[in-house]
Amino acid sequence: MVEHRPLSDIIAYAILTLGVFIVAFPVYLALIASTHDAATVVGGRMPLSPGDQMLENYYRAVFIGGARTSREPVAQMLINSFISALGIALGKIFISMLSAYAVVYFRFPFRKTAFWIIFVTLMLPVEVRIYPTYKVVADLKMLDTYAGLILPLIASATGTLLFRQFFMTIPEELLEASRIDGAGPFRFFWDTLLPLSVTTIAALFVIQFIYGWNQYLWPLLITTQDSMQTIVIGIKKMLYTTDELAEWQLAMATAILAMLPPVAVVVFMQRLFVRGLVETEK
Amino acid sequence: MEKSVVFNSKLLPYLLLIPQLIITFVFFYWPASQAVWQSFLREDAFGLTSEFVGLENYTSLFAQPEYYASMMVTVVFSSLVAALSLSIALLFATQADKNLKAAGAYKTLMIWPYAVAPAVAGVLWIFMFHPSLGTLARPLRFMNFDWNPLLNGNHAMALVVMAAVWKQISYNFLFFLAGLQSIPKSVLEAGAIDGAGPLRRFWTITFPLLSPTTFFLLVVNVVYVFFDTFGIIDAVTGGGPAGATTTMVYKVFADGRLGGDLGGSAAQSVILMIIVIALTAIQFRYIERKVQY
Amino acid sequence: MANVTLRNVRKTYAGGFEAIKGIDFEVGDGQFCVLVGPSGCGKSTLLRMVAGLETITGGEIDIGGRVVNQVEPADRDIAMVFQNYALYPHMSVYNNMAYGLRNRGMAEGQIKTRVTEAARILELSTMLERKPRQLSGGQRQRVAMGRAIVRQPKAFLFDEPLSNLDAKLRIAMRVEIRKLQRRLSTTSIYVTHDQLEAMTLADILVVMNGGMVEQIGNPLDIYQKPATTFVASFIGAPPMNLMPAQSDELKSQLPSGGAGILGIRPEDFVITRENVPDGVALDLTVEAIEKVGAETFVYGSRQSVAQGVAANPGELPPGEVIVRVPGAVGPAIGERIRAVAARDKLHLFSSDGRKRVEI
Repeated sequence: MVEHRPLSDIIAYAILTLGVFIVAFPVYLALIASTHDAATVVGGRMPLSPGDQMLENYYRAVFIGGARTSREPVAQMLINSFISALGIALGKIFISMLSAYAVVYFRFPFRKTAFWIIFVTLMLPVEVRIYPTYKVVADLKMLDTYAGLILPLIASATGTLLFRQFFMTIPEELLEASRIDGAGPFRFFWDTLLPLSVTTIAALFVIQFIYGWNQYLWPLLITTQDSMQTIVIGIKKMLYTTDELAEWQLAMATAILAMLPPVAVVVFMQRLFVRGLVETEK
Repeated sequence: MEKSVVFNSKLLPYLLLIPQLIITFVFFYWPASQAVWQSFLREDAFGLTSEFVGLENYTSLFAQPEYYASMMVTVVFSSLVAALSLSIALLFATQADKNLKAAGAYKTLMIWPYAVAPAVAGVLWIFMFHPSLGTLARPLRFMNFDWNPLLNGNHAMALVVMAAVWKQISYNFLFFLAGLQSIPKSVLEAGAIDGAGPLRRFWTITFPLLSPTTFFLLVVNVVYVFFDTFGIIDAVTGGGPAGATTTMVYKVFADGRLGGDLGGSAAQSVILMIIVIALTAIQFRYIERKVQY
Repeated sequence: MANVTLRNVRKTYAGGFEAIKGIDFEVGDGQFCVLVGPSGCGKSTLLRMVAGLETITGGEIDIGGRVVNQVEPADRDIAMVFQNYALYPHMSVYNNMAYGLRNRGMAEGQIKTRVTEAARILELSTMLERKPRQLSGGQRQRVAMGRAIVRQPKAFLFDEPLSNLDAKLRIAMRVEIRKLQRRLSTTSIYVTHDQLEAMTLADILVVMNGGMVEQIGNPLDIYQKPATTFVASFIGAPPMNLMPAQSDELKSQLPSGGAGILGIRPEDFVITRENVPDGVALDLTVEAIEKVGAETFVYGSRQSVAQGVAANPGELPPGEVIVRVPGAVGPAIGERIRAVAARDKLHLFSSDGRKRVEI
């Protein structure tokens, strides 16, 4: 860093470029595969350059669906993923903001208990309690519904913790000035707290959207109809057929489609994303 | 840490808490306690009656070789993934920390894999390494190496590890980079003046100061392998061949699917719960103790 | 023990900004040189170039007879005390001081001797096992100095080491640093923005502004004969009063038709009703008074000049004048007073402020 060592910079560029390459290569291959026809892809000698089947493959994937496997066109799956990710992100933001507000700005009996009840949920991700949760959802008749996809996944406390931490950094004077100005809890929340929280909300949204979009185990369990599947599950189902060969080129096209929204979110909202990651892990 | 200025409403806070409390109760506490309760029961063959059997489900679990196998798989898997992804990520982070001109671009290019679903990552890697049509499988076959993750347990494990490491690098990279950038530049300059070359500065100053981050990432990586890799495993190997890539979480899923032994499945869930709680507790205790310098 | 010599040193950043514009000076063996100037003048940059933490675009830096432009900081045999101490947070005080010696392969026994001796001088002997976060600001500063001392380098470099301490501690530490440096007689270069620190510590004072040297010399010489208006107003507190002036007598030395800048230090005024021949008298209306106990500062605004040589009769542009009165008794606010300065106390500069004219 202080030395006159151009060699060190060259090494750094080399290593980083290697890293970017390693990171990008699998996706590059998938992209290439999605532009060739089935025979080329499966034949074992797929070239590294793009083919000419891109429009054809994507059209088939999105609107027609794999002929022999999941009969569902990807368009429907994209919609499902989108609704569920959006629902999870927004749902979590909504309930955790309210709870954090209650816990930080009010005094009431069992306040601490309530906080701990919520806090404990951090400890157990959904994978650990899948079957009992499945049973609950089934009993509530929420299988194959958006509600069933969304609700169990907003139960954890990451958002509440994040908002609590954030609210603690807001100066007392703001609340005092508000009260002197005659504001009650609703006004304070709406006029002061909410505008200040916009960046935090956005950061949490980014993280939760990605989290919701990439869910696998839970949607796998509770969706039985093809029309309710998310795109992440759809890819896998395309590959594992009982009879014929899987249509890899369509699967790759679907994979690319499945990656686009979350990656776009990360790339275009990078600062918010990084902030969201760092804040929720503290 | 408390606010000293608060509102006096009596009813409102409870109303605000209700949405989260209801959801938490219905979808967290109720299922979790059900799991604990069921782990002490055994159903009969027809699923009509259940009988309290105490710790019998647990003891019979520990008598199953498959259970030990899944524990081994989980341990091997987490160690490999943690070791590989942490060291590779640290290497990239140290290079990116060097004040290069394109550092920002490299950072963006390194972190986007976080957005890729584990299942999708698995699909990408099985595509690359598929024995018959994988692009990267070709050179392996060319070298007469009998690469077959569909049949060979070790190959399957290697593939799954690679896919998991690939995905995890970007997360670790981000946190390492943040950690590196929080080390004051003047401390490293003092080291340079004190006669330490770049490598010595790294091992005697940077690495020790990075240890809170490293420890945190270690715990996170282990938890990651325990839980988030379900998608990768299911997409790549389906837990096979012959259970070679069946982690403890995967086993819960697989056993439940096959059906029947609700008690055993619940017992497995409870054991996993205990492990996670322990890991999280360690993480919180340690992070809290290591105050920033 | 060594000289430090700078020959036409320049630094230009990649975007074209010229931070250091050609600096020459020499610090003799064992001397204490202070670089002083406002923020952004380049003093820290210059120090870091001597240390090897910044690259040199032009010129030469010479330590102990050896040109060190291309030499790594580690091999320049210098030690540096940073503004925020830059102690190794994870090492004990002992290890902080031993680190540099270990890197050079010194034997543990010899390291122990040096560290314990330095700790004794700096009164740190009871704290050797503590970590930096357990120490107060002043203690950390002493550890930073200990780290420099044990190396027995050719030169000490100080980068505003006292800026983070409170006022009282700063005064105490200032004296300690000077005593220590005299005792070790190591060549030292010290950067500060505080002109009082500069005046009290320096053998050689280098006043910098905008990447260039305004004046170099003995502190008192600089105080009594500042070379430019910048130096005149920077050194000395409260600052020297500067006002536009016209002199026919000295027209030959003031190129712009006899116009120049007159400088008078607050303590060179006397408040009196008498006239002083050959001096300058200013009629002031008192606007504010500061009584600090041993002296009083009177802030007055100028109405006109009564008589004098160095200024023509007539209106001077209005402005504030600071007059120092010894003791605790001073005029009242609103009072009209006459402040008089003798000819030998006047400083005259060219109208661009860059040249001193002898009266």
